[in-house]
Amino acid sequence: MENTRTPWKSYLAMTQTDLPVMKPFQLAPAKPVGEVCLDILSQRRFCLCLLAVLLAWISVDAAIAQSSGGSRPSALETILRWTPLIFFGPSGEVGGFLLNILVSFMAMAIGTFLGLWLGIGQISLIGPVRKASWLVTQIFRNSPWLVLLFFFMLLLPYEVEILGKRYEVPGWAKATFALSLPVMANVSEIVRGAIASLPTGQWESAESLAFSRRQTIWSIILPQCVKRMLPPWMNWYCILTMSTPLISILGVNDSMALTQNVMAAEDRSEILIPLYLWLMSWFFLYSYPIAVLTRRLERRFAVKQ
Amino acid sequence: MSAAKWTTDMPIVSLRDVHKSYGAYEVLKGISMDIMMGEVICIIGPSGSGKSTLIRCINALNDIQSGSIKVEGQEVNDPKLDKLALRKKVGMVFQQYNLFPHKTALQNVMMAPIKVLKQPRDEVKKRARMLLKKVRLEGKENAYPGELSGGQQQRVAIARSLAMNPQVMLFDEVTAALDPETVKEVLTTIKDLAADGMTCILVTHEMAFAREVANTIYFTDRGVIVEHGPPDTFFANARDPRTREFLSQIL
Repeated sequence: MENTRTPWKSYLAMTQTDLPVMKPFQLAPAKPVGEVCLDILSQRRFCLCLLAVLLAWISVDAAIAQSSGGSRPSALETILRWTPLIFFGPSGEVGGFLLNILVSFMAMAIGTFLGLWLGIGQISLIGPVRKASWLVTQIFRNSPWLVLLFFFMLLLPYEVEILGKRYEVPGWAKATFALSLPVMANVSEIVRGAIASLPTGQWESAESLAFSRRQTIWSIILPQCVKRMLPPWMNWYCILTMSTPLISILGVNDSMALTQNVMAAEDRSEILIPLYLWLMSWFFLYSYPIAVLTRRLERRFAVKQ
Repeated sequence: MSAAKWTTDMPIVSLRDVHKSYGAYEVLKGISMDIMMGEVICIIGPSGSGKSTLIRCINALNDIQSGSIKVEGQEVNDPKLDKLALRKKVGMVFQQYNLFPHKTALQNVMMAPIKVLKQPRDEVKKRARMLLKKVRLEGKENAYPGELSGGQQQRVAIARSLAMNPQVMLFDEVTAALDPETVKEVLTTIKDLAADGMTCILVTHEMAFAREVANTIYFTDRGVIVEHGPPDTFFANARDPRTREFLSQIL
């Protein structure tokens, strides 16, 4: 066995050890967020991706324009004409890509708030609270998002009565709530995991200084967890944003639903691919910088701890 | 009720036949000791003999199976014990310092008096600065634990504990994680503290220090106190063969 090793393998065997090894590392100085965003945009990899998307689209458009003989507006013109609608939604209504972003913000805010409490519930000293929190977390963590969406669209009332007045519950509000539940469950796990990852010495020293459990959690444990929770939390925000087009299935006028409407109205199969590529690029442009920032934060915090 | 009856001529910490097990493994097999106010006690013994467990029981970080621990006459082994009240009286310093890394040295010292004792911020700040000066860390008020050496962190931890004005201080192998050259600065701090009349219970491996500072040395082995006595007699004429064997290995 020993002598059949290829050179790189034997090199690995030489350098790999179970013992802790100190590797040379220099911590990059911290940069302001704005500068980091600029860095991301100036990254060659990022620009190449964007360029690829644009090139694909334009080449498809050029091919189609040739085949149609100039009798109809080109795909590019058609798409640009519909872009304001898909981005801002129908006038006087919340919709379009902005609705996707709005839903992602609100679902994240609700999910984070509920998830924080649920996560703290998971480490409760009161057995029933701990078990119930665990159960709720597991249920919503392991359910398909689309099933949850349908479930809550049908379960929540069509309208509510407050002080004798009837208010219609908009579909997007129900969808937001439904989407916030899986976020809640995953944030709950993030919180639980971050708390568990802190050295027990922190709890003990707080205890020996006569801090109550609640004081310990809120002023000593959670503030230290924020750093650890931020990267996975941002990661879930990206996943949530990518999932918001699911709400189009339930009749909410988000960018996906409007894109489908445009396809139906135009009845031109050749704009299918560029139109969806165009929509994809918005999500990409929105999420990719967040993903890169997340990776950077992860790397930075991993070294510091 | 018993707390009211306690007077300063009675032991401030009193242990009677304390038993503690982790599952089937019995760590403490009947420990008894009395510590008077202002006394300095060093507990020595081989590792695994239950020294740390013993002092962690005194501020109820560990619970015990049977026996009695009284601090200022208040029973610690009582399910209705007000743990927070007990811990206001008993300060503890750990081997791993356990400072709060997201707070500066000064904030570490100020936190408990403000949040737990609800003392006014300005007053606490003044006292915290004084305490940091006392542990010779003037000028390090705004440093974060990560920016301090082990010895400096440990002295912040001592100041943090003192800020609660405890009656008794527990030191759990506080120099075991330190470089040899920084051990001295921490020991000096403890020595000053003892000279000021603070009741101290130390678990330590620093024999020379124990000899110099302690009123009484307790030697524990396998969960029992093998022997105890004033340092001079203890180190010069240990009676028990186990003590003698331990001392011969370590000295």
